Amino acid sequence: MSNNVDNSQNDNEQVNSRRQFLGWGAAVAGLAIAPGVTLLDIAHGRPADEPASSKIRWGMLIDSGKCATGCDDCVSACGKENGFSGKLETDSQWIRKIELKDLRTGNSHSLPMLCQHCEHPPCVDVCPTGASFKRADGIVLVDRHICIGCRYCMMACPYKARSFVHQELEDQNPDVPRGKGCVESCTLCVQRVDRGEQPACSDACAAAGHNAILFGDLNDPNSEIAKRIAASATTQVRADLDLNVGIRYQGI
Amino acid sequence: MNFEAFHKIEERAFYALAAALGLVVLIGLGAAHYMETHGHVVTGMNNQIVWGLPHVFAVFLIVAASGVLNVASIGSVFGKPIYKARAPLSGLLAIALLAGGLTVLMLDLGRPDRLIVAMTHFNFKSIFALNVILYTGFFAIVATYLWTMMERKMYGFSKYVGFSAFIWRIALTTATGSIFGFLVARQAYSSALLAPMFIIMSFSYGLAVFIIVQSFMYAWNGMKLDLAILRRMKNLLATFVGAVMYFTIVYHLTNLYFAKQWDFERFILLEGGVFTTLFWVGQMLIGTLIPLALLLHPTLGTRCKTVVWAAGMIIVGGFAQLYVIIIGGQAFPLNLFPGMQQSSSFFDGVIHHYQPTLPEFLLGMGGIGIAFLLTTIAVRVLRFIPQDDFHHVSKEMLTD
Ligand code: SF4
Ligand code: SF4
Repeated sequence: MSNNVDNSQNDNEQVNSRRQFLGWGAAVAGLAIAPGVTLLDIAHGRPADEPASSKIRWGMLIDSGKCATGCDDCVSACGKENGFSGKLETDSQWIRKIELKDLRTGNSHSLPMLCQHCEHPPCVDVCPTGASFKRADGIVLVDRHICIGCRYCMMACPYKARSFVHQELEDQNPDVPRGKGCVESCTLCVQRVDRGEQPACSDACAAAGHNAILFGDLNDPNSEIAKRIAASATTQVRADLDLNVGIRYQGI
Repeated sequence: MNFEAFHKIEERAFYALAAALGLVVLIGLGAAHYMETHGHVVTGMNNQIVWGLPHVFAVFLIVAASGVLNVASIGSVFGKPIYKARAPLSGLLAIALLAGGLTVLMLDLGRPDRLIVAMTHFNFKSIFALNVILYTGFFAIVATYLWTMMERKMYGFSKYVGFSAFIWRIALTTATGSIFGFLVARQAYSSALLAPMFIIMSFSYGLAVFIIVQSFMYAWNGMKLDLAILRRMKNLLATFVGAVMYFTIVYHLTNLYFAKQWDFERFILLEGGVFTTLFWVGQMLIGTLIPLALLLHPTLGTRCKTVVWAAGMIIVGGFAQLYVIIIGGQAFPLNLFPGMQQSSSFFDGVIHHYQPTLPEFLLGMGGIGIAFLLTTIAVRVLRFIPQDDFHHVSKEMLTD
């Protein structure tokens, strides 16, 4: 192979500029990789003042037998509490009503579907920055300061529980900061739970007299939710995925 | 034509090309800015199809970036001289394509302003985070590789760095394929086949891009590619295309073996509308069968033009294939309650619709613009033209 080029006077110039170029290239590459190397230690981890305790595992038991077709009190209560309007097709839906019809028996069911607060959440596994995280008490949240809006968690969630904020938001609840370009999902109304209250959906369902959503501590054998789960047959949606979800269903 | 005159024409052509590509890049950046200020509501993406056209472009560029380095690997690692002469161009294209692809990916984030967060917060369980590291490492290794190839004093290291680049890029494409392969809940994805399939796709797309760029560079410089070289490269390309076809067939046959995947297969292969068309016409016909026929044809296959056409079709087919994988995979609904009919305000149980919008397309084109602008400038400033027949051809050219 020959390296001779027609006009050798350009050769030196070329070699010089080539060196320069490669020098810059190496510098840029160095810069690009440096943060990855030096900042690894600072990566992820929950704030130390997190009040959650691992003794508790918050969960819900949803009785589809009590959930009325056409009623969406839980959905509107969630929207009111967490500040979304649901006007646009691309708007967030933290909770939705699913209507089911068994193709064999013809039986139909109605039930609310929300983030299942998985014990082994795929959304947390895939999130590149650690913005998706699970609190010690089992509530899965998104840290909106770290979420870069890559939507990988939405690809990974088997329950379609997550929404992406597609546009600027107005009229937000100051307790529930949300923002354009980030992903969000049901927080189990963490702001209420931390005050010792119930999530808005289960309150609303009880207020309507349906009592289809029971909220409580799955870990406490004396809690009503734990007793009912121990006493009756309940299901996990997509149990085959072994995610040990915090939301259990009855009657489907 | 004397050399002075040639140089002037070439200079004019260079500035015209650079300006055109620069414009494409600017328009792409403008589109990204528009998407960023208005939010993703101006795109066709929604809460069902969360990754859209920009991802098709980005994944194509990233996958091709890894594959285009194959040319260098065959040269340095396996010691084939005609590929060795092309190694610098192959390294340059790898860096340029990756830069283009990553730019698209980054500008499509919901919060592109948080890039620094992405560089400083790592969840090591995430394939995505692993990819960030693999991509930055790829830049560094390939830049070093180029340096060892172009700096005489460093020649001795070239083989070793080339070997690391080879290993690195296999890891990189494995990880890119695994972005999808690890999504257990979606019927299109949870398959270990995706990683090797992405590797072979990268070989095919990368070589196609290389062949096209190479032939444009030769034409631009009034040179003709040696027939023997062309023949070897097109045979290799045909082998890669055949291998992609093989993996595609195995992927679908595996799915057809499991009854629970039948609905999904029926969707992609028969009833999926645009996805079915893209699969059969885009991926199989334009991207596989016609190029194979062209490349393997005893007379047509030895013409430079035919090979370039075939390479172009392979690229078109590649886009179709990625569209089917990425968007078709999301369009098919998640099955939360097998055996039950499902409906909701959040589009449970129905095929999801996606209509890409202009800004998304322009952003993707901007990524391609970045890749080729970088290539054009670097080729101009440095000596990236394959050097084996340059001497002989350029003498011919001067005596014209
Ligand atoms: S349901 Fe989805 S969003 Fe909720 S924890 Fe599980 S994977 Fe994450
Ligand atoms: S969109 Fe946000 S929360 Fe979801 S994976 Fe990306 S960074 Fe994590």
